[in-house]
Amino acid sequence: MTYREHTKGEMIPEGSSRGDRGAAPTDTLTGRGTALGEWVAESSLLIISLISIVVLGLILLFLLMEGLPTFSFVSVKAFILGHLWYPTDEPPDFGILALIMGSISVTLISSLIAVPSGVMTAIYLSEIAPPKMAEILKPAIELLASLPSVVIGFFGMVAVAPLMQRIFDIPTGLNLFTASIMLAFMSIPTICTISEDALRSVPVTYREASMALGATPFETISKVTVPAALSGITTAIILGMSRAIGETMVVLMVAGGAAIIPGSLFDPIRPMPASIASEMGEAPFRGDHYHALFATGITLFLFTILFNILAMSASRRFRLKG
Amino acid sequence: MTNEIETIIHTQDLSLFYGDFQALHDISLPFAQRQVTALIGPSGCGKSSFLRSLNRMNDLTSGTRSEGAVIFEGTNILEKKIDVVSLRRRIGMVFQKPNPFPKSIYDNVAYGLVVNGIKNRSIVAARVEKSLKQAALWEEVKDRLHKPALGLSGGQQQRLCIARALAVEPEILLMDEPASALDPIATQKIEELILELKERYTIIIVTHNMQQAARVSNTTAFFYMGRLVEVGSTNALFTKPVKKETEDYITGRFG
Repeated sequence: MTYREHTKGEMIPEGSSRGDRGAAPTDTLTGRGTALGEWVAESSLLIISLISIVVLGLILLFLLMEGLPTFSFVSVKAFILGHLWYPTDEPPDFGILALIMGSISVTLISSLIAVPSGVMTAIYLSEIAPPKMAEILKPAIELLASLPSVVIGFFGMVAVAPLMQRIFDIPTGLNLFTASIMLAFMSIPTICTISEDALRSVPVTYREASMALGATPFETISKVTVPAALSGITTAIILGMSRAIGETMVVLMVAGGAAIIPGSLFDPIRPMPASIASEMGEAPFRGDHYHALFATGITLFLFTILFNILAMSASRRFRLKG
Repeated sequence: MTNEIETIIHTQDLSLFYGDFQALHDISLPFAQRQVTALIGPSGCGKSSFLRSLNRMNDLTSGTRSEGAVIFEGTNILEKKIDVVSLRRRIGMVFQKPNPFPKSIYDNVAYGLVVNGIKNRSIVAARVEKSLKQAALWEEVKDRLHKPALGLSGGQQQRLCIARALAVEPEILLMDEPASALDPIATQKIEELILELKERYTIIIVTHNMQQAARVSNTTAFFYMGRLVEVGSTNALFTKPVKKETEDYITGRFG
């Protein structure tokens, strides 16, 4: 390979065409067919990737076109900071603060559960578990990731919620806490698998160096391996959280659906995706309610973009700087 | 080997298995205190595996099993009850590829002290300076101690790894081809360093480079196919090898 590139550079001075050299039958270095094949392959890949980007752009455009008219009948400030969401009342109230707070609270609390357990499971799998144990646990966790969210929601609704209601003696088990637990189930596999990849990519030589200096396995994990994998672990956490904030079906089924700003763990909530999913079918096409739901979608989209930017900057910030 | 030099560590019929594969066959080899012993032999001859048995680094590779004994201070360190953590503090190791942690130069050298419970800052700072001086790196890094270690050149990184190993004041320093990834000038610095360090430390070095073994070691052991073929004073082994395999190897007929 090196030889080939070397000779190519030597034989063909810049600017001269490849075809001229191809005249010699033994010279396979400058075959035109190869160049054409490369061009076809490269451009078809480019076109395919452009298509998906264009489609994404069109979705965004549609979201803006349908959402922005909202601000002709309600100000941005009243929309974002308004406490009351009564879109079908006369006159209607379009304030989504309660929905935003519902989304934020359920994401934060589910992260409180999912981050420690996801990261610790990843550490166990990559650093401690005997290979046989890891072979069993890893597919099990990946399977958890492939559970349809409606199944998790259903399980939460019929099994976890009644249990919560009995244990804590509360009026309803469909609340912020139950939703957080179910969402945590969904983000643990994401957090765990990405963190585990990050831990596994830490060179073995770091661990050996640490152990050879008389560090215990635990010291090696906490002082060398985890710090070296921090960028990947942070990315994992943020991607897990963005999965939780965008998740619709689970919160629709178990969060309780009350558009109030939660004051306690056991208050029912109505996160943004749940609101959009449950109301879109009934909102009159291109009516005020319809536009307000799209504006909610824009808000949600901004949140997930924020999470992704955070994930990217975190993976840069904590990159191994030595 | 002369008799007045004390043996600090020795192996007795040491065999090592990776699963079903036997990597070492009944190796009995003494190591003299404050001397440099070189382990030479072709790739795969077991010299690195042997070296890693001396501070139980093979424990970290799953599926390894050893038989025989490694006697250090009258104790068989292969026994289960041995605390490998304190063993490795006393028998340090430098690896083939420089492997500084992605931390600052200072934190790299201080690492071994911190995990061994030395928290007093001035003691740590003094040891870091002393170790970097011993590793002949102090002058080059004293103004950038808190800069990333990965910004150093390969040769500097390897001397940093040596400083890091010296900081915990081991009695024996195991070196697994410490210069094989370095350029000739950096290699020369490492070799000079080894000659200085043997005043204080027992050094066991695995090397592919026979000139290097000839330059730095007092004793040389030749390994072939997992067996110890010949051991003797470096001078004698390179000039009048007893076994035919040794002669073939040092004259470059195979390897």
